[in-house]
Amino acid sequence: MTAPAASSAIVLPAIPSAAARRRPSFRAIFGITVLLLMTGTAVLAPWIAPWDPGRQMLLKRLRPPAWQARGMIEHPLGTDHLGRDILSRILYGGRISLAVGVSSVMLSACIGVTLGLLAGFFGGRADAIIMRVVDVFLAIPYILLAMGVVFALGPSLLNVILVMGLTRWVQFARIVRADVLSIREREFVSGARARGNRSLRLLLRHVLPNALTPIIVVATLELAFMIIYESALSFLGLGVQPPTPTWGWMLSDGRNYIAIAWWLATFPGLAIMLTVLAVNLLGDWLRDTLDPRLQV
Amino acid sequence: MMLSYVVRRLLQSLLVLLGVSVIVFGLLHLTGDPTRLLLPLEAREEDVQQLRALLGLDAPLWVQYLRFLSRAVRGDFGLSFKHQVPAVTLIAQTLPATLQLTAAGLGLALVVAIPAGILAALRRNSLLDAICSVGVLMGQAMPVYWLGLLLILVFAVGLGWFPAAGRDGLASLVLPATCLGAFSMARIARMARSGMLEVLAQDYVRTARAAGLRAFVVTYKYALKNAAIPLVTIIGLEFGILLGGAVITETIFAWPGVGRLAVDAIFSRDYPLVQAIVAVLATLFVLINLLVDLIYTHLDPRIVYVRQAR
Repeated sequence: MTAPAASSAIVLPAIPSAAARRRPSFRAIFGITVLLLMTGTAVLAPWIAPWDPGRQMLLKRLRPPAWQARGMIEHPLGTDHLGRDILSRILYGGRISLAVGVSSVMLSACIGVTLGLLAGFFGGRADAIIMRVVDVFLAIPYILLAMGVVFALGPSLLNVILVMGLTRWVQFARIVRADVLSIREREFVSGARARGNRSLRLLLRHVLPNALTPIIVVATLELAFMIIYESALSFLGLGVQPPTPTWGWMLSDGRNYIAIAWWLATFPGLAIMLTVLAVNLLGDWLRDTLDPRLQV
Repeated sequence: MMLSYVVRRLLQSLLVLLGVSVIVFGLLHLTGDPTRLLLPLEAREEDVQQLRALLGLDAPLWVQYLRFLSRAVRGDFGLSFKHQVPAVTLIAQTLPATLQLTAAGLGLALVVAIPAGILAALRRNSLLDAICSVGVLMGQAMPVYWLGLLLILVFAVGLGWFPAAGRDGLASLVLPATCLGAFSMARIARMARSGMLEVLAQDYVRTARAAGLRAFVVTYKYALKNAAIPLVTIIGLEFGILLGGAVITETIFAWPGVGRLAVDAIFSRDYPLVQAIVAVLATLFVLINLLVDLIYTHLDPRIVYVRQAR
């Protein structure tokens, strides 16, 4: 490479115009399409799944996907060790993954945003206490804490959502606090205060709406995380219990047949990866569009 | 200034550990009555009472907590219900394996991710940059245990290059370390890339170029050094994430570390052992982050003033 070319490769990256930033990129379109597809098939699973996800057909157990020898066209992605249709189970499993993901993000956002607002807005002792609690939650390996709690309380849909929400609120609290620290110094806040607004009203009407951008971005990225988190708990046997099909549980089942039936673990894994990838792409795009300076 | 920061940071760490102890203590009581875990279901009420008195569970909760704390600071978490040896002994036996795995995973992640991220930043929008981006996206979307299964499927079952499970020599470390390090690799590469891009856009880099310094010197001597500083802090956080991730990785690869011990302890209701493991891992995390913070302030003295101004 010649010298001028080398230096031109390192010039300031051009800052795209606001309109260009708002135009969805290929990544964003890909992410949204996949996500809509996944959500759509999950919601419509009872109508579009070819089989009942729990139906065992032992005569057709461990059939490979349709395109392989011994594959059957009525089981496009093959069958598992009990002869259950993999495709139908993946469609139904998506319901759990997405529902649990969204609910736990909402829970952790409620806790984290509230504490972050309080810490950032009031500062002082409230801030010090909340931030130490944040540190405590950061220090504890959340997966061990979650496993211990879920096991003690019994694995159920509700407990899984509760535990996931209660162990991940820290992400929201940190980013909201940091944002509020700068928002509260702005003129419109002191203006609103001067007009006699009380703290609570000030927080909800003036500070919170201005902190929404990072909250939305973190919520999206956390959704991706929660989907992986839920499937990890499922994989370890502490998620939503069978016979409800979940992606993590299917993977964990497939583990025992990994040497003879690759499709058991591969397809649910692909489903998780595609969904998480789509959510992450969406989150990246939201961040770049709404606030490129955000460090999440 | 520096000394007061160190003292304050030490006090903070102690406070955090105190908080951890509350949660760890609460873990046992979450199950309701811990004696029920120890005794068979058909145990007589007198026996339950007797054991409760024996374990000190009849005292008020705060007395129990103080007792727990005073023992915990001395490293005494009681006997493991299942193994009937001190929980700490079991951890001491398994911790080296976990630290080896974590260090290998983090090392691998750093060795691959930092050069990849920097090259991607230097050759922005090139094919290399595109490959890196795809790798980062895949790495961040792939569940650890699925990656582990795929690695076993391809490299252990298919090609037979590495053992699928156990801890026996360097070859057995390759797959678990790759599996554990993949997520961190993706994240570090992403940060290295954006950090490098940011530094390259700084005035002093432009000045250095304008002053006629060669591109190589500017990139590797000035830009790289400054891009490296923020990376130091994430290593501490990353270490904690890896310790958590080790729980799953060790389960898949039957790696005889603390993570597998923890999973085993949870499923056998061995709560003293679970408490001890959570406490030890959290303490490790706090200590490492304390260390990283102090190194960081040493590298970049501006940090102290910024934090104190807040």
